[in-house]
Amino acid sequence: MKQIWIITKRELRAIFDSLMAYIMIVAFLGFSGFFTWLYGGDIFYVGQASLQTFFQIAYWTLFFFIPALTMKQIAEEKKTGTLEILLTKPVTDWQILWGKFLAVLLLIVVALALTLPYYITVWKLGPIDNGAVWSGYLGLILMSSAYISIGIFSSSITNNQIVAFLLSLLIGIFFHIIFGALAGSMTGTLGSVFNYLSLSTHFESISRGVIDSKDLIYFLSIIFLGLIGSEAILAKRNTN
Amino acid sequence: MLKRKSAAFIFYKFVPRYQKMFYMDIVVDRVTKTYGIQKAVDDLSFSVKTGEVLGFLGPNGAGKSTTMKAITCFLNPNEGDIKVGGVSIRENPNEVKKHIGYLPENNPLYLDMGVIDYLQFSAELQGVHPGRIPERIAEMVRICGLKGEKHKKIRELSKGYRQRVGLAQALIHDPEVLIMDEPTTGLDPNQIVEIRELIRKIGREKTVILSSHILAEVEATCDRILIISKGKIVANGTPDQLRKQAQGNEVLNIRIEGGDRNQIFETLQAIPSVALVDFINAEENKFQVQSNVDGQSARAIFDLCVKNNWYISELIPIETKLEDIFREVTMN
Repeated sequence: MKQIWIITKRELRAIFDSLMAYIMIVAFLGFSGFFTWLYGGDIFYVGQASLQTFFQIAYWTLFFFIPALTMKQIAEEKKTGTLEILLTKPVTDWQILWGKFLAVLLLIVVALALTLPYYITVWKLGPIDNGAVWSGYLGLILMSSAYISIGIFSSSITNNQIVAFLLSLLIGIFFHIIFGALAGSMTGTLGSVFNYLSLSTHFESISRGVIDSKDLIYFLSIIFLGLIGSEAILAKRNTN
Repeated sequence: MLKRKSAAFIFYKFVPRYQKMFYMDIVVDRVTKTYGIQKAVDDLSFSVKTGEVLGFLGPNGAGKSTTMKAITCFLNPNEGDIKVGGVSIRENPNEVKKHIGYLPENNPLYLDMGVIDYLQFSAELQGVHPGRIPERIAEMVRICGLKGEKHKKIRELSKGYRQRVGLAQALIHDPEVLIMDEPTTGLDPNQIVEIRELIRKIGREKTVILSSHILAEVEATCDRILIISKGKIVANGTPDQLRKQAQGNEVLNIRIEGGDRNQIFETLQAIPSVALVDFINAEENKFQVQSNVDGQSARAIFDLCVKNNWYISELIPIETKLEDIFREVTMN
């Protein structure tokens, strides 16, 4: 646990030292703020004291931002060789992956925490379903965790950051929309399988305020599968 | 109150703050590592004792780096085992890693980090007690001569200073075993001398393995040399032992003046301990004299010259250079 935190601290410092974090936070707040308050089907258009609009927008913005944050996590360490330094210290592959995962997750949590004024504003505007808001935030965090895990997995496959970025978008798009679209066009068992695989199904039910263990299991399994996959790829240095 | 304080201070001074294991031998036991179908390391066995500096030599791709990576638990060997201080890298890699300081090839570093931050990170990761970290960092800055650079980012440092940061990182937890893959590449001659001195100093109490293809460097810093080629050991011994092994016969280059060269040639050949005489430069009366096995001819040649009223103007014993040994054992 201590080792994981040491890795996380270093990663966070690297992210915050390199403008990356600030650009990401400003861009995230800019995008989500613009679409939540000013443009298109915004909060005033919906006319309800609810943050559903924001959650939908954040759902898309995070989908694009997270691969940009995770792409360098392993790929760069492989390329520069620092992974060798790291792995010859008394840490396990598993601890390194969790450390990196946590660092990106913490950054996302900070970005989401900065949208709390939206919540307060809407609260002032009318009667808001507080439970739904918190579970919406929980949904965003779970969904981010899933994409971070996928991003780290992609990053461990290659030592080229761009490839890692595109690959995690490619894997992500399946969970994000393709499975959902397939579920819509199919019936029977196959339809319900795709419906279960689709991330948006689970995100929507959580962001509506229904926290079901089925959804939690779904997110946790993506997180673990991603990290287990990354570990398997890191361990491949021993077999090839 | 004052009395109690000083008593506590004395107590603190005399009780060792942490227990240290002093003996950390490395035993590499029949290690094989393959990449695909290619055997990088082939049934390799050797051991290194505490206080010994082992030089690892070999042509490119001989398996030096692979062996080092296996000892530092970065790669698992396909077969065989390595024990560091009696602990197997297979059974307890994290315990082994705690006692090893490693400077990989090309010295990878987090370029965005500051020198002090990086050393702090390494120390924490190596499990140095938090209270001792500032002291250790100060020590490393002193030993590795980083004083003027300690507030810079690693990116801003020149190659020589980066190398020192790499070394500081490897030594931060005061490891019993130090493994360095080509520690002096890219350094200027002054820095090379400094790093070598540092290695020698460290090597007195630690177990050190370093690889290099600069033979003079290995000769200057190492107690023992291991030459490997295609994953196998082809030579093992102190520099002197290796030289003796390769050389066999004594060879002298001499120049004798004051007589007829053909006559000198024949007289030299008549000496019992001489196996072979050859002209190097007939005009200048230069000869190469090779003695029999274990024979020594210098004295006989001298006596001969006195008797015939010649004089020796040059006498150079030819030593086999480490380069020759290296070429000889790695070429076939």
